[in-house]
Amino acid sequence: MTTHTDVLTVAGARKTFGSVLALDGATLTLREGELLALLGPNGAGKTTLIRAISGRVLLDAGEIRLFGRPLVSRQTPPELGIVPQELAVYPSLTARENLASFARLQGLSSNDVSAQVKWALAATALEDRADEPVKGFSGGMKRRLNIACGVIHRPRLVLLDEPTVGVDPQSRERIYDMLTDLTRAGVSLLLTTHHLEEAEARCNRTVIIDHGKVIAAGTMSELVDRTVGRHRIVTLTLDAPIASLPAGVEVAADDARVVRARVADVARELPGLLSAIAAEGRAVEDVEVRGPSLQSVFIHLTGRELRE
Amino acid sequence: MIATLLRISWTNLRRDRVAQALTFLLPILFFSIFASVFGSQGRNSTARVRIAVVDEDGSEMSRRVVTGLKTESALRVRTTAGADEKGATLDRATAERLVQNGDVPVAVILPKGLGATAMAFGPSTGAPRIQLLADVSDPIAPQMVGGLLQKVTMTAAPDLMMKGGLTQFEKYAGAMTPGQRSAVNAWLTQLTPGSATGTAATAATAAPAGFGVGIDTVDVMRKGSTESLVSFYAAGVGVMFLLFSVSGASGALLDEVDSGTLERVLSTRVGMGGFLVGKWLFLTLMGLAQLTVMFLWGRMAFGLDLFHHLPGFFVMTAFTAAAAAGFGLMLATLARTRAQLSGMSTIIILTMSSLGGSMFPRFLMSETMQKFGLLTFNAWALDGYLKVFWRNAAVWQLWPQVLVLGVLAVVFMTLARTLARRWEAA
Repeated sequence: MTTHTDVLTVAGARKTFGSVLALDGATLTLREGELLALLGPNGAGKTTLIRAISGRVLLDAGEIRLFGRPLVSRQTPPELGIVPQELAVYPSLTARENLASFARLQGLSSNDVSAQVKWALAATALEDRADEPVKGFSGGMKRRLNIACGVIHRPRLVLLDEPTVGVDPQSRERIYDMLTDLTRAGVSLLLTTHHLEEAEARCNRTVIIDHGKVIAAGTMSELVDRTVGRHRIVTLTLDAPIASLPAGVEVAADDARVVRARVADVARELPGLLSAIAAEGRAVEDVEVRGPSLQSVFIHLTGRELRE
Repeated sequence: MIATLLRISWTNLRRDRVAQALTFLLPILFFSIFASVFGSQGRNSTARVRIAVVDEDGSEMSRRVVTGLKTESALRVRTTAGADEKGATLDRATAERLVQNGDVPVAVILPKGLGATAMAFGPSTGAPRIQLLADVSDPIAPQMVGGLLQKVTMTAAPDLMMKGGLTQFEKYAGAMTPGQRSAVNAWLTQLTPGSATGTAATAATAAPAGFGVGIDTVDVMRKGSTESLVSFYAAGVGVMFLLFSVSGASGALLDEVDSGTLERVLSTRVGMGGFLVGKWLFLTLMGLAQLTVMFLWGRMAFGLDLFHHLPGFFVMTAFTAAAAAGFGLMLATLARTRAQLSGMSTIIILTMSSLGGSMFPRFLMSETMQKFGLLTFNAWALDGYLKVFWRNAAVWQLWPQVLVLGVLAVVFMTLARTLARRWEAA
């Protein structure tokens, strides 16, 4: 049900392309000022869902509501900003010309165009290169400009399709800083990504879609509780292969010196585990304790099978 | 290793239909067009030259010339203001207008006194001469008609020519005896056209040089042939390259699809309709500039009389560029990739340019091919430019070409808009 803070609701979205079922009743909600990660394997339906929200794909069934209003036409609502996966900027134009062009196409007045271009150049850290043709920019600079062009008209909701693909860690940090600034200003963001650790660290909530259906949604801790649980994986590297494995311990790799065990309470269970190893005459050279991650949740939900 | 490379290249070619068409289909297509135009000279399919004939003399001789011209298979003769020999008999002014309007390339004027003096076989000073009112933008038709006219005057009235010769003979050598006259009369009977034993053609072709009828060619367009060719090629080459350049520039549409900028533009307040109109306007202005530069160069380098035809030039250029821009966008929306667009536009534009008169004048083609050529964009544009620069046509007289090009622009843009729907929403 739509509440006053829900800026986007997708209910029972269904879409087929020929014999391919791209969306099979997908349902999600995006709240005001939220950064929501939409995750899924290749071909899961993420891009189709993003295109449906932007009016580029007409649903066979289901409903999309933006700011409480049903999306019925092919025209993208002005409150919506789109950041496609492709670098959708004109390479022969400068950064400033690209920003000003898209601002004018969005219907901004001359004064607003100047102000917004200035803001966007500062936000993307491109002020020094503002008057250079974009074709000479690095991948990270183009990505930042790509995002700025999508938000130049101050939309209340922005759809970002893999906004950090192919850029270095520094640019990714900068991009997420930009996105965080937008959410602080009340803008709601829905992004798709394959960088699960970034989604885990930066996004408020996560939606996982597979085979056209939303199979999980919630905060990181909610997803962990519902899937892999809160136990830790303890990995021990020994001085030599162990002859007899203690209870609950398994060989972790081809190298029989590496063993691992699942523990619910590290402080209570780890000493006992180390004692059991010592009782078998082996010395522990290294200990690694790993908590549940979005990666483990994702694999748990979608499996290890390759997707094409 | 070489075999592997060969196999890769062969597989690529086998799976690329556009490359196959460019490699095998286009050369055959061009060969066929050129063979049809230049290989049919002398056959029945060669274009018949349309001529108007004005008989100001009304003598037995002039009537026979008219009849003789009508029997020539290479000519299509009209002697009346209306087509199909309907309407009033042609006079000199009407015939001249027919030439100036491009209805016929040549009008033959058989002047008063032709019958009486052409047979004089004496000094020709003061004798009326046949006039060919010609549009010399067609350099072939006046030459061809002049030659046929010489033949016809000799073959149409060998008996009258002989009588004229005998009159001159008796004038200077004295009258013939009754016996001689009787023999000559018997021979004249055989020379009369339609005589069962007549050998008119043989007699005519054997006529010695200098005994033919005097013929003057009058350029009723009052221009030089050099400028004619300059305006023809400026228009022909200009229109062909206009089509190439707008097709190439329209490919930017496909680049925008690939780069995602089209998707982004469609997410703004500009819909697909506005986007296409923007592209079309740019391409039209670009085409306008391109043709203007071409004709300005023609003015500077070859003396093309551009500045006296500016209104007509701008009307034709605006409509030609507008239709060409629509054509380019239609091709771009039809194509799936840049490579497909490039191959498809090369085939279509070269075919249209050869059939439509950009490569060689359409009057060289058979009547069927000339009519077929009217299905092409180029033919209508070139006809308009020739009207402006050659026939000094007023702007309003360009309405058929302007109408067709205008309709083509609308049709092309409608098709482009329809085809572009696939990028709007799935």
